[in-house]
Amino acid sequence: MPKLTIDGKEIEVEDGLTILQACEEADVEIPRFCYHERLSIAGNCRMCLVEMERAPKPVASCAMPAGEGMVIKTNTPLVKKAREGVMEFMLINHPLDCPICDQGGECDLQDQSMAYGLDGTRYTESKRAMAEQNFGPLIKTEMTRCISCTRCVRFTTEVAGVHELGQTGRGEDAEIVSYLGAVVTNEMSGNVIDLCPVGALTSRPYEFNARPWELRKTQSIDVMDAVGSNIRVDVRGREVMRVMPINNDDVNEEWISDKTRFIWDGLKTRRLDTPYLRKDGALVATTWSEAFEAIAKKVKTSDKNKMAGLIGDLNGAEEIFAFKSLMDSLGVDNVDCRQDRSNIRPEWAGRAGYIFNSGINAIEDADALLIIGSNPRLEATVLNSRIIKAVKQNEMPVALVGEAADLAYEYTHIGNGAESLNELLKGKHSFAKTLKAAKRPMIIVGQGTFIGDDAKAIFETIANLATNIGAINDDWTGLNFLQSAASRVAALDLGCVPKNESVNYNSILNASKAGDLDLLFLLSADEMKLCDLDNSFVVYMGSHGDVGANSADIILPSAAYTEKFATYINLEGRAQLGHKATFAPGNAKDDWAIIRALSDHLGHKLPFDSLEALRSKMFDIAPHFAHIGSQSAGDMSQLQSQKISGDISSTPLNSTIADYYHTNPIARASKIMDDCKAAKLAAISEATGTNG
Amino acid sequence: MLADKDRIFTNLYGQHDWGLKGALERGTWDGTADFIKKGDGWIVDQIKASGLRGRGGAGFPTGLKWSFMPKGDDGRPHYLVVNADESEPGTCKDREIMRHDPHVLIEGCLIASFAMRAHACYIYVRGEFILERVRLQAAIDQAYEAGLVGKNACGSGWDFDIYVHHGAGAYICGEETALIESLEGKKGMPRLKPPFPANVGLYGAPSTVNNVESIAVTPTILRRGASWFAGLGTPNNVGTKLFCISGHVNNPCTVEEEMGITFRELVETHCGGVRGGWDNLKCVIPGGSSVPMIPAEQCDDLAMDFDTLRGLGSGLGTAAVIVMDKSTDVIKAIQRLSYFYKHESCGQCTPCREGTGWMWRVMTRMVEGRAEKREIDMLFDVTKQIEGHTICALGDAAAWPIQGLIKHFRHEMEERIDQFSANPDKAGSVLNVEAAQ
Amino acid sequence: MSAQKMAIEQPESFVFNAKFSELAKKRIAMYPEGKQASAVVPLLWFAQKQHDNWIPEAALRHIGDMLDMAYIRVLEVVTFYTMFNLAPVGKHFVQFCGTTPCWLNGADKIKDVCESEIGAQNTISDDGEFSWLEVECLGACVNAPMVQINDDFYEDLDEENFRQLLKDLKSGKPTKIGPQVDRINAAPCGGATTLNDKSLFDGSMLGSYKDVLKQIEQAEAEAAAISAKEAKEAEKPAPKKADEKPEASDKKPTKKATKPAKATNSTNTDAENVSDDLKPAMLSAPKGDADDLKVIKGVGPKLEGVLNGLGIYHYSQISVWNDDNIAWVDSKLQFKGRILRDGWVKQAGELAKQGDK
Repeated sequence: MPKLTIDGKEIEVEDGLTILQACEEADVEIPRFCYHERLSIAGNCRMCLVEMERAPKPVASCAMPAGEGMVIKTNTPLVKKAREGVMEFMLINHPLDCPICDQGGECDLQDQSMAYGLDGTRYTESKRAMAEQNFGPLIKTEMTRCISCTRCVRFTTEVAGVHELGQTGRGEDAEIVSYLGAVVTNEMSGNVIDLCPVGALTSRPYEFNARPWELRKTQSIDVMDAVGSNIRVDVRGREVMRVMPINNDDVNEEWISDKTRFIWDGLKTRRLDTPYLRKDGALVATTWSEAFEAIAKKVKTSDKNKMAGLIGDLNGAEEIFAFKSLMDSLGVDNVDCRQDRSNIRPEWAGRAGYIFNSGINAIEDADALLIIGSNPRLEATVLNSRIIKAVKQNEMPVALVGEAADLAYEYTHIGNGAESLNELLKGKHSFAKTLKAAKRPMIIVGQGTFIGDDAKAIFETIANLATNIGAINDDWTGLNFLQSAASRVAALDLGCVPKNESVNYNSILNASKAGDLDLLFLLSADEMKLCDLDNSFVVYMGSHGDVGANSADIILPSAAYTEKFATYINLEGRAQLGHKATFAPGNAKDDWAIIRALSDHLGHKLPFDSLEALRSKMFDIAPHFAHIGSQSAGDMSQLQSQKISGDISSTPLNSTIADYYHTNPIARASKIMDDCKAAKLAAISEATGTNG
Repeated sequence: MLADKDRIFTNLYGQHDWGLKGALERGTWDGTADFIKKGDGWIVDQIKASGLRGRGGAGFPTGLKWSFMPKGDDGRPHYLVVNADESEPGTCKDREIMRHDPHVLIEGCLIASFAMRAHACYIYVRGEFILERVRLQAAIDQAYEAGLVGKNACGSGWDFDIYVHHGAGAYICGEETALIESLEGKKGMPRLKPPFPANVGLYGAPSTVNNVESIAVTPTILRRGASWFAGLGTPNNVGTKLFCISGHVNNPCTVEEEMGITFRELVETHCGGVRGGWDNLKCVIPGGSSVPMIPAEQCDDLAMDFDTLRGLGSGLGTAAVIVMDKSTDVIKAIQRLSYFYKHESCGQCTPCREGTGWMWRVMTRMVEGRAEKREIDMLFDVTKQIEGHTICALGDAAAWPIQGLIKHFRHEMEERIDQFSANPDKAGSVLNVEAAQ
Repeated sequence: MSAQKMAIEQPESFVFNAKFSELAKKRIAMYPEGKQASAVVPLLWFAQKQHDNWIPEAALRHIGDMLDMAYIRVLEVVTFYTMFNLAPVGKHFVQFCGTTPCWLNGADKIKDVCESEIGAQNTISDDGEFSWLEVECLGACVNAPMVQINDDFYEDLDEENFRQLLKDLKSGKPTKIGPQVDRINAAPCGGATTLNDKSLFDGSMLGSYKDVLKQIEQAEAEAAAISAKEAKEAEKPAPKKADEKPEASDKKPTKKATKPAKATNSTNTDAENVSDDLKPAMLSAPKGDADDLKVIKGVGPKLEGVLNGLGIYHYSQISVWNDDNIAWVDSKLQFKGRILRDGWVKQAGELAKQGDK
């Protein structure tokens, strides 16, 4: 705990802090461009120079460790002069194009030149111009504005884990490039736009769309995957203009995936804005009451055992609760939320059997990792960057059972099928030793593991393996299940799985396909084929005209995630609140309100008239939903050694995500996601073309 | 003049056999194992006692530098890295050692590595020195064959491997941490310090980077005794030194001389004097392009040593003496150096990346006189804005020559501007000025 | 160089031939396991040697694969160093040094010859024989002006001999590498002024180091004896050696003596105000060789002189100063407060300890 003096104020700081961090603790602002707390230290911008007593020249505070007895001054003429000098150098080759620069208004260079720069320039030579780069559909470049801070290079290498960007050349000719103009395709690439302290890298889809001061900003939660990334939805008028990350050290740090960031154009297209009713084979707009009456008529003639409800991937806990309550009141047991076709069942081990028990942060503490049936890079992109971090910083060894894929780090591929788990269990594979020797081994199990009929046997084998390698004990929780849908944990917590074990998502759809169902309710469930629905009477409630709506008989338009207040339980079991940033289009309503209104028409009026009333009922069943921000763990003791109830097949364990950019109805409505997919496919064919 | 018997580099000009046989006859490898048997601490003490200061430019005491290597064993290997990236304009001394007396260097590497408990040594030779590195490698092969290096080097019981690595044309790789980066296969961009190489150097292990000449003189220091070395030169500036005298002297050459020899004696004894006579001297850059120049009026009794030159606001640097006579366009001479630094800036940190280009462009106008007089002050201010604000010393090195020019030859710069403005429509018309801006 | 563009016409593929494969393998083995990226510059150089003095893009990928390096990292390296050519060059690639030492001795004229004989910089002459590039200092400054053509240095050029050199290269005549005038390497024209003593080269000095070693051993033994004796004497409380002042610790300093902290802060402390009673232990001459006090941070040659003048020669002396001693010595210095500020006592203590080892 070194004690140092900053601007005459004594302060004691933690070991290992830099002077810059110590200054922050002392409430002294230090300007910076290249320094970023989540990236390695470059020390190249020289903006953070401070005066240190007994040092012959000013020191870069971002790189100098705070030491006992240091005397730091940040308000002396020497420091002022140094900052002005660096600022002037920074600007001599920077274009004066702020009026046409998208960074304007949220530009570090602009802000800091106001605060620390001079009002003019003495530079009368020609300015340098740099060639533009093609970084793909998401990142627009204006390289003349680049100040060579290398944040983008460090981010792609250290956080995204790929070597896509670099700084070539040297001296004043140094420039940021990709290899021979290759398009940037990593799923975290959009973060470099936030990291770029100037307007060199800006958002291409957002190009010339809005100014930051025009935007109304609302905190919310992302639903593109189950990580529950904290986001800020920026709205102008009623239109979502962009999505930005919000820092949450426990969840997404300050990163979001490209899908989270650039999904917003999908919120404006293919929207369902009024109820529809199928008449003579065609959908026609109708009123809410007519739609409800039509449903009531159908329910009356339906057998409760021939009715079913499927829950989609993007819903909040409130509407799932309302939907389940309605289904319960109708006596419908066939309610399933496992849209990814996983056969996991909540009663196997309680919550501990389907959430990411250790929490995301614990990945950084793990010293060996086994991934089973998952591609975390696609299923939980931001979580994968934690694994990258652990691999890079702690040299954590990683192994994979399941389909091999580029995870952005090296791993030992043990085998495709679940039978390799037995090898590990018997200690046959060399990685078994690594896991055994590890103090804090971790297993991450994707839902792809549980697709087959042998799900239970695999589950038990994994539990045994975890116990065997010491992944579950009083000090360490190392068995984690990875969900990839935002709604899933809440739905499982609320028991949205048929009580009859032989019924699952596929069997419901098969029944529908065969015409064995009287009525099928879809709560934003779209991950099926059109033909699955053709022979059933389908009521679809959702925001986008996708598979479900296309073959629905009745459509009830509802709000998308940016348009409602909702509770989301992320893959760790952490409750988080999403806020309403704008209004749903047309006649669309909040899902819970639609369900409540429908219940009245069905003669089973649900006992809540407001969101608050609904929540208080919901908290009776799931009290942990009320603890916003905190993770409620499951009971790990249920995961201890199990008796294995069957054989394991050798079917390969594939990830549940095949088409990353098109995993949900909003993404499929997004032109930007189409472009990303096209760019990725082009990059792959180019790579194989030139390499092969 | 230094007596021949006190010279360390006895085959400086390559008149004799560079190979092992010739080297042995000249006394190289004589007693190496005996010195090693005295222990690493003893060697460091001898080098400390000799007063040897680093020959690469900064003049840091070599023995002290060696003693910074961690004492205990934490499992990491130690490395000696020899800086043979000789690129400072005016400097061409290490080249002579590598191509004409490579065994002196190899023996020095063994002794220095042993003193720092390093089993491996990399010699980083600048990329352009192709003949030099081939020669050095051949000498190393001879040494391996003769058992002088390798397992149980010289029969001393110390295992020692020595490798020649090379660069590919980047002045900045002469900076010790940039050199380490380059040796690790990255761009040669200097690292932030701390940590210093003695703690975290090559491959994250304790390393010391020494100049070729610093390493090559150590065997002779041990053979002749620290007091012999310390007895040469002036107090605190002891021993012998390779001087490279280029520019406007009658016979430019590289020569080993005693530290503290006066500039005049150096030039008149070995170089046939200043071109056109002593009075024709205009100024001299005494230590390679990075140090400020010294005008003729300060050269009469100028002692060539670290402290004297530092006292005059310049430095001994690499002892690369660039002499300019009265015919020199000194503004152009410095402008060319400004171009050099602009070209060689690695581009990592802002003041150097942006500032070197700015200075060069202003200097280019100054050569013509196409500038305003107030811009001289501005230029000086820009040099001050770079100096001391960069990661490594290249920023300082780019600033100092211009500061020296302004300090001593401001009148010439002003005259040039006057001449230009007096003939506005001659060489550079007003239109040109605008086009350039 | 770095700003140069990659050639547009590129060969489809590149692999090292047998000779360079072998060299590359040897090269990679020079570095510790897992550090094979160190070989990137030498391997790029091999690629350039194999491929008519320029590196095709396919070679970057080939080398990246060999060293397990991302292609972009190889690209960063290849564009950083000036010696890598990314586009074809002439059969004789002239790198002309234009930096100040060469310029002073007429490099401009050599440049004129390049322009008139070869053409514009960085373009290949029509016959494909030559291209030229102005580069920065090549480190042969005493042989200025000079050029490097492919691997070889040609030095001491003038217009005439350089023109002849280009002609000879073109016609395939053998050329003389090194100085193009009558001169031995870097020796002065007209013959070396040094190294003419024949005894340097006849092996007559072999083995003479043994005498030196003996002398050193003798001196070390003497010094050890003296210090042992002194240690013994120091154990006795009195009497002190005549030439040593009584140690300050023996005498209780008078309370009124200024507190050290104050003394160091005050700039106008008058030397006379500090009582001589506070003097530290001093010597009239160093015991054996004086320590190099300049090693202490804050002590330069000048201060060392002052300290020696006061009778302070050894780290061990400084290391035992108490506050009063510091105040006294401080009063003798021009710049007050250095001793405390730079922590001389602590530094000296460490240095003394190192010396003992």
